[in-house]
Amino acid sequence: MSTAPSSSKSQERIGVYVCHCGSNIAGLVDVKDVAQWAGRELAEDGVVIARDYQFMCSNLGQELIEADIKEQGLTRVVVAACSPHLHEATFRTACQRAGLNPYLCEMVSIREQVSWVHTDRDLATAKAKALIAGGVERVAWHEPLEPLIVPINPTTLVVGGGIAGIQAALEIADSGYPVILVEREPSIGGHMAQFDKTFPTLDCAACILTPKMVAVGSHPNITLLTYSEVERVDGYVGSFLVTIRKKARYVNAETCTGCGLCIEKCPVRVVDEVFEAGLGYRKAVYRSFPQAVPKYPVIDTEHCTYFQRGKCKACQIFCPTQPKSINFEQKDEIIQVEVGNIILATGYELFDCRRIPQYGYGRLANVYTSLEFERLCNAAGPTGGEVVLRDGVTKPKTVGIIHCVGSRDSKYNSYCSVICCMQSLKFAHLVKERTGAEVYNFYIDMRTPFKDYDEFYQKVLAEGVHFVRGRVAEVTDAARHPGEEGKIIVQVEDTLIGRQRRIPVDMVILSAALEPRRDAQEVAHKFGIACSANGWFIEKHPKLDPVATMTEGIFIAGCAQGPKDIPATVAQGAAAAARVIGRIHQGHLALEPVRASVIAERCSGCRICNNLCPFNAISFREDLGVTEINPALCQGCGTCVAACPAGAITGTQFSNEQVFAQIEGLLMLDFSGAPRGAAVRMLEPALS
Amino acid sequence: MKYGYYPGCSLERNAIAYHESAMAVAPLLGIEFVEVEDWNCCGATEYMSVHMLPAYALIGRNLALAAQHQLNGKPRLVAPCSACFLNLAKTDKYMAEDPRLARLVNEALAAGGLHYKPGSVQVRHLLHIIVEDVGYEAVAAKVVKPLYNLRVAPYYGCLIVRPTLQQPFDNPEYPTSLDRLLRVLGAKVVDFPVKTHCCGGHMTQISEETALELIRRLLKNAADYGADMIVTLCPMCQLNLDGYQEQVNRRFGTDYRIPVLYFTQLMGLAFGLPPEILGFGKEFVDAGPALAKIGAEPPPPEKKERPPKEALPMPAMPAER
Repeated sequence: MSTAPSSSKSQERIGVYVCHCGSNIAGLVDVKDVAQWAGRELAEDGVVIARDYQFMCSNLGQELIEADIKEQGLTRVVVAACSPHLHEATFRTACQRAGLNPYLCEMVSIREQVSWVHTDRDLATAKAKALIAGGVERVAWHEPLEPLIVPINPTTLVVGGGIAGIQAALEIADSGYPVILVEREPSIGGHMAQFDKTFPTLDCAACILTPKMVAVGSHPNITLLTYSEVERVDGYVGSFLVTIRKKARYVNAETCTGCGLCIEKCPVRVVDEVFEAGLGYRKAVYRSFPQAVPKYPVIDTEHCTYFQRGKCKACQIFCPTQPKSINFEQKDEIIQVEVGNIILATGYELFDCRRIPQYGYGRLANVYTSLEFERLCNAAGPTGGEVVLRDGVTKPKTVGIIHCVGSRDSKYNSYCSVICCMQSLKFAHLVKERTGAEVYNFYIDMRTPFKDYDEFYQKVLAEGVHFVRGRVAEVTDAARHPGEEGKIIVQVEDTLIGRQRRIPVDMVILSAALEPRRDAQEVAHKFGIACSANGWFIEKHPKLDPVATMTEGIFIAGCAQGPKDIPATVAQGAAAAARVIGRIHQGHLALEPVRASVIAERCSGCRICNNLCPFNAISFREDLGVTEINPALCQGCGTCVAACPAGAITGTQFSNEQVFAQIEGLLMLDFSGAPRGAAVRMLEPALS
Repeated sequence: MKYGYYPGCSLERNAIAYHESAMAVAPLLGIEFVEVEDWNCCGATEYMSVHMLPAYALIGRNLALAAQHQLNGKPRLVAPCSACFLNLAKTDKYMAEDPRLARLVNEALAAGGLHYKPGSVQVRHLLHIIVEDVGYEAVAAKVVKPLYNLRVAPYYGCLIVRPTLQQPFDNPEYPTSLDRLLRVLGAKVVDFPVKTHCCGGHMTQISEETALELIRRLLKNAADYGADMIVTLCPMCQLNLDGYQEQVNRRFGTDYRIPVLYFTQLMGLAFGLPPEILGFGKEFVDAGPALAKIGAEPPPPEKKERPPKEALPMPAMPAER
């Protein structure tokens, strides 16, 4: 390779450290041989010392490096161990302690990329050598770097006013920092406000949620922006500039007392598809529910007679305040806020059960979705908590509850929606309690982990609820026999007795899947984060960093990250808040200096890179005719570096010299006595 | 639009009404059929379970013959019979997925100097091409005598919407394309939850008891929904529901008189074609009384009964695509 470097390398004094990682690496790679080989064969490339050690990440392992830096005068360090995701920070810090710039340390992954993925000892050992050679060639070209220090604005934006967002906002506000909470709907509360009871304790959802809603509404540190949506996010961690659209409510919050007379007098009644899940009605001027926070109603212009036909104004006429609080002239308002961190808690959407037509939802009156049933049970719901059929009066004598509707089904969502088993048990209990009906649960597997959940399952079993294991084939009103007339029949293979069964019931409840918000992709893009294949926001690490994202300063909480129940949602809300509070306390943040930068003289202003950046870090300077990269926003992914046709973009830590040197090391090394180039052939089976 | 045409044996005998009506409406829709020369039996539903390889070879021969038709572009082969359609489509798919099967079938075909390359013929059912290639709008444009006041139960049977086929053209569990086509013709389509359930197939010959019960369920459901007739797209379904209706009545003490017609016959009527060329009169259960219901005037819009105050709203169904 002609571009490969030839000079400078032997001037460095390089130390190579090969980790055993117990048997994780040493079990397959001959680490001793690797270390000895590196000390011998890479000496002319600058390696002055090469050691193997059982656990390089241990204190003793780190001290080994520190001592060598001081005593041997090392100028570069290569650690061959696990993935840099895990211990890069450890070894960089060790170098720093010994007075070496931390960015002069290079990690080579011989665990994730070698011992864990191969089976042949000789080939794995050879591959480890090659990777280390690449690391040694590369590290010679490293430059000392300083981290970027950015100040953290103490204000936090929380997007989504469900229980996750409420919890996060309160935690941060209670610790004394300002929060801006943005909610799309007219009131905070989210899905939890729609529920009647919560499993497994059966405490009333409103009773435990509304105190928190009231606290949000009256908290001196929380600015509540309901009926608002984030339009745009600029800036970067520590200093985001967020543009928010406050949709016109047509109700003046300064003068409105929330008396509700306008709602009473409004002549238009429409089906409430959001809060009542389509099961109840609301007026054209409405408040989602009695305990709504804030208390001010909104006018739904799509159904308002005045907005549609230019007359009516009943709400305004009857408004008792002076001046009138109804203002038909109100316009959407665009505001901009500066925040240091953002927590996304945008929740979930219920699976549309009409996508499974054989379950009859939308065709058969007495097939309900889980959310409809929540409203049906709710004392503040359309029936005042009476569990009745769609006619509004008849109590069901038999009820079927179908689990996993749209979940664990390769045709819709392959994942488990987590809450459905417990929710269905809760429904079974409530139906029994309110109507005394016979209840059948149709399940695939019962999943009741976590505190007190299985006890609840046992309790519902003891109440005499029937459980039929099998995925329901269809729900139909096509009666075959006189006993089925007038009923809806659940056809299912009972896999425990190995028989087809037809169970006639009066009401069916579909425990529908939780799905990502329909606009989750769009929102993710707006905030510079990513969605999984299923559409949920992706966390930085599924186990060890569940509320952070790959974008600094953006955190996620609740069902936006994946289906979860209320306790887990609240825990994530609080966890995200804790992360943010920690950041604010520090006052500033050190960012990785792995950044792309534009060499202005080479940039032709073609803008090819402008739309590629997943982190919105690239902007075009109209005045100069060149592209610019915001170093605080750039995450160093390298997309633009690869895309630039003029080679005008370069990445620190990923310069052409560094990458070519690494390739040179990987491919052109002469080891085990074989002629140069033999290594490539020898490695082919292992690599293929 | 030119298509290869594979009538299969039914269309020449018991389902001649299907053949005649299909031939009558096709020119009005701009469809031209070219019958596959020297076609043979598709093996129906049984042969596959008796001996797989000869069954596939039997069908492979038809595909090979159809592939020889040089129509514009990839040869498109239409089968009006659901069993023929499924066998042709299935064999094409399995040969494409399983090179060993393709080799064995082609070894057999070589004896007759034929060869079939999987995927070289596009196999379609008659309903597919009418709703997809012709389209609902074009059909609507040909309607001169709408079937107002006629209540019809759309019956798809179990074969044409199988989910494993290359591209199921409709929802396998609850198809609606025939519903929509019949609505376009002006008929009132009733919900027919058993629309994809089994008609009994050849069980009439093996276990009459089983078959009659299956047929009874279909007739009962159509009667429960007040359908004037059942509309089908499969000769087997038509034969079982029509020909065995009397036996069902005798066995179960019922009195069903539900005519079972092909959708192409209704298309012909709506297009104003004379009933004589549409194969009417060949059905066992007389369609006369039901057809007499067809009104010249559109029915008055159904009065939306105001639901009682306490009733809960029904979920809105999405508008038809």
